[in-house]
Amino acid sequence: MDVLNVEYMLGLVPVLLRYLPLTLQLAGIGMLFALILACLFAVVRVLRIPVLNQLTIVFISFFRGTPLLVQLFLFYYGLPQLFSALTVIDGITATIMGLTMHFSAYMAESIRAAIVGVDRSQTEAALSIGMTNGQLMRRIVLPQATRVALPTLMNYFIDMIKATSLAFTLGVTELMGATQKEAAGSFLYFEAFIVAAIMYWIVVELLSKLQNYLETRLNKAYNR
Amino acid sequence: MIKLVSLSKHFGKTVVLDGIDLTIEKGEIVVIIGPSGTGKSTLLRCINFLEQPTSGTMTVGDLTVDVNRATRADILAMRRQTAFVFQNYALFANKTALQNIAERLLVVDKWPKEKAYQRAREILEQIGLPDKADAYPASMSGGQQQRVGIGRAMAAGAEVILFDEPTSSLDPEWVEEVLGLMKQLASEHQTMMVVTHEMSFARDVADRVIFIDGGRIVEQGPPSEMFQNPKDPRTKDFLKKILATNPTK
Repeated sequence: MDVLNVEYMLGLVPVLLRYLPLTLQLAGIGMLFALILACLFAVVRVLRIPVLNQLTIVFISFFRGTPLLVQLFLFYYGLPQLFSALTVIDGITATIMGLTMHFSAYMAESIRAAIVGVDRSQTEAALSIGMTNGQLMRRIVLPQATRVALPTLMNYFIDMIKATSLAFTLGVTELMGATQKEAAGSFLYFEAFIVAAIMYWIVVELLSKLQNYLETRLNKAYNR
Repeated sequence: MIKLVSLSKHFGKTVVLDGIDLTIEKGEIVVIIGPSGTGKSTLLRCINFLEQPTSGTMTVGDLTVDVNRATRADILAMRRQTAFVFQNYALFANKTALQNIAERLLVVDKWPKEKAYQRAREILEQIGLPDKADAYPASMSGGQQQRVGIGRAMAAGAEVILFDEPTSSLDPEWVEEVLGLMKQLASEHQTMMVVTHEMSFARDVADRVIFIDGGRIVEQGPPSEMFQNPKDPRTKDFLKKILATNPTK
């Protein structure tokens, strides 16, 4: 076994760090849109709004039932063939679309479960003092549902950060794409990919710390 | 004043309330008794519109609604006139005792923060829990939670407070403190409708006891009369059974 080329690895750190922001942007924007979409789906499902409810069920079923990579290829390579107007979709846009739809399907179900899980008697108590449905949602149900849903949502966010690495298959040079190029030039595959792996790992660890902090804050009301 | 005119509630084909006619004067303490599943709780829930009544009219204070024509605004207005105390307390788990009491003043009545919290603190004093302002429901005993539940109802300044078996979920050790608070409220002439199996409370505090069976008012009168000479055989039978397990001491 050859000795690790540590010098090469250290030199690679600043090079790859330049691509980390794009990775974080893909995940950040994807998460934002996925959360919005997931909340809408969850409300449609909880209130069983006719037609929309059935459409949502099919949407969730499709995006949970097919691999993310297949979805990305559908958006990037497939759709522009059907609709020529969609050739404007670049790799970054297709990635964000894919991540948004894929993860919103998962998150919708956990948000729905968290809303349904809020004690029914508290809902009645809120109505009994004359709150409107909007006030009830904003002040009583959603704060408690957030606490329940937070750990799973953070897990999906972590998963999404790692899933951005698939964007390199659409020609996007994010962290994974950049690593691939560097490795192909130096033939030092292990060194290159272990540096990339550690970068993903550190980002995820930082997020876990944030998750712990948020959970402690949100759990304050529930400690005996 | 509260006035119910042929108030009915059907769940599918089941008739739970079968034309209730009832007038309650301001400051009157009414205790409702009767076998389980005879519509006592449903009656309270209908007055607060937690259940949509099937037919009839209701007057609470200066607000009269025909339940079939009640708009969303009517329902909100009716709920704001009638406060509810739940069997399982139903405190907002994400809010402190103080916030639970102030919530209605802040959100529904749109009081400024300072004024709402000051009023909530006064109520905490009245219910004997001034040191629990910042405690969350999970850290309080059942008795303390129910007192906050009553405090939340008091904050409403409602025409009537509806108590739905307020001591039924409590461990025996906490029952007295909750009944004590209810007696205190009664002595301040708060109009109250109380569904309970606490016969000693009915005897000592009620102005009127109403016996409901099969969704109808079977018999009503002052507690002395109801307990000593019940007229209807169903009332006699019910009182005999309940006093055997729950004596008035």
